[in-house]
Amino acid sequence: MTEQRTDHMKYMPGMEVLEDSDIGDRVIAAMKAYDYDKYTASDVKRALAAEYLSPDDFGALLSPAAEPFLEQIAERAKTETGKHFGNSVLLFTPLYIANYCENYCIYCGFNCHNKIRRAKLDSDAIRREMEAIAATGMEEVLILTGESRKMSDVRYIGEACRTAREYFKNVGVEVYPMNTDEYEYLHSCGADYVTVFQETYNSDKYETLHLAGHKRIFPYRLNAQERAIRGGMRGVAFAALLGLDDFRKDAFATGMHAYLLQRKYPHAEISFSCPRLRPIINNDKINPKDVHERQLLQVMCAYRIFMPFAGLTISTRERADFRDHVIGMCATKISAGVSTGIGEHSDENENEGDAQFEISDGRTLDEVIEGIRRRGLQPVLNDYVYIQ
Amino acid sequence: MEKNKKDTLVIGGHEFTSRFILGSGKYDPELIKAAVEHAGAQIITLALRRVNSFSGNILEHIPEGVTLLPNTSGARNAEEALKIALLAREAGCGSFIKIEVIHDSKYLLPDNYETAKACELLAKEGFIPLPYMYPDLNAARDMVNAGAAAIMPLAAPIGSNQGLATKQFIRILIEEIDLPIIVDAGIGKPSQACEAMEMGADAIMANTAIATAGDIVAMASAFRDAINAGRTAYLAGTGRVLDKASASSPLTGFLAD
Repeated sequence: MTEQRTDHMKYMPGMEVLEDSDIGDRVIAAMKAYDYDKYTASDVKRALAAEYLSPDDFGALLSPAAEPFLEQIAERAKTETGKHFGNSVLLFTPLYIANYCENYCIYCGFNCHNKIRRAKLDSDAIRREMEAIAATGMEEVLILTGESRKMSDVRYIGEACRTAREYFKNVGVEVYPMNTDEYEYLHSCGADYVTVFQETYNSDKYETLHLAGHKRIFPYRLNAQERAIRGGMRGVAFAALLGLDDFRKDAFATGMHAYLLQRKYPHAEISFSCPRLRPIINNDKINPKDVHERQLLQVMCAYRIFMPFAGLTISTRERADFRDHVIGMCATKISAGVSTGIGEHSDENENEGDAQFEISDGRTLDEVIEGIRRRGLQPVLNDYVYIQ
Repeated sequence: MEKNKKDTLVIGGHEFTSRFILGSGKYDPELIKAAVEHAGAQIITLALRRVNSFSGNILEHIPEGVTLLPNTSGARNAEEALKIALLAREAGCGSFIKIEVIHDSKYLLPDNYETAKACELLAKEGFIPLPYMYPDLNAARDMVNAGAAAIMPLAAPIGSNQGLATKQFIRILIEEIDLPIIVDAGIGKPSQACEAMEMGADAIMANTAIATAGDIVAMASAFRDAINAGRTAYLAGTGRVLDKASASSPLTGFLAD
């Protein structure tokens, strides 16, 4: 039985089209042209020696030819991180306020066919969560929802941002992609950066993973960061979920996406996240495209060297020791005191909804700060001022 | 990538094989033709003031097929630049125009703010504006947005022959601006022109260094060769050898899975 699915390249009613932008097309063209097997050791050496890296140099650092050079790549990344960020490491906490989702993404714990407990915090519960997080000393919060316009509408998210402004100096959102005027509204409510994971830049693969819902519309998601910048957001974050498809191509596309947008909007603050699907350990069928820690580090360092001024957030999905080693080397931002369930921060709130994924580093803010200090780095709770 | 294609300089939709733009000031007009030929130049700048003073004669010394790049020297603000550009068009000098807006008679440094405004005025009038500017990234972006077809940052004060005094800032323009970067003013020697090209500049504009040389024709040839050498080196990708992979892994020894 074949089911007729929505055309994933066709915008749904109400979705804003950026007629005047060619960024999405250019990213996809660059990714398609990226042939990582053509690079040699000498290309990698040249990239490592270049003062400013071209997209082609970035491609070389992501290639298999660069794998034997991982230590040198890490050294260069560490130098660049030091030059641009000194010893500082930024801290933040993600706060999940709802886990309703209208999308059917086959790899995600929140997907609409997964029978998990759904919840949406009301304004009092959100306030209690924020109070509890702020009481730990945290000054930056990232508000997350599942991707349901119906259950978590823009007003609801905006109100959460307003409350967050009372407790935190820096407020980000990681919610469903929206239109420019909606980003403008969230900015007026106090949010100043937007994270959207593209998951994979391969639209054919994307189509097979996102079977239903708004998220299925590939180009609308691809242009989210540009709409956010036009809506007045100070910063935008990019990520592919490495391992969904060919991670080298996805990492290259992620870098090019950030690179092209930064050239077009030089004032925008750029950052990367690096989530990955873990390979199955002890699997007989070893897949060369699996993203092990070595490959993850290669991607993170390549982002750092290609765009040395960009922020780079290390995911809570990674183990504590990995996270402690990559801060100061390539990562500049780390979460702490994380819970991916709904309503878990405050003792007064019931744990109302299930988590999106299991975290690998459950340390509190104090414990993470201690880990940062042990590495001779400086924990920074805020380096930012919100201007409306 | 670029290496396999025909390597041309494209400005405002026009294609050139030479990357040497020759100035026409400070010469005996008789020598211009020889200099152009030995420089292999396809573009020559021309101050409208000189067109007037020679009553058009200077044009006779410029070989056929060479593109004229009149400049707006004498303009102190954007409006004056526009007036001069319109006069140049009337004089039959074509659509290319090098914008020079200067209201500092001591150092002759270009005024970036008025230059960006002039770019906008001239682009709207259908010119192909090439702004001469002090290498400032924000100003260059303003000029790109205002309709510039190339950016012409100065290497050093005009006529100073001091070389690449602003090297690091020109380098930033080369990295960030998606238009040809033509290094203009201050280049005193072929080696300096070569250095700028090796760094990734798209073309060199020189005048005084050639016009004041002992042998103008020989110096024009030397510049041509230096510019070509620098370009070839840039396309070849300057090679540096790193140390071989180290046996210990102080930064990556922690990796698992």
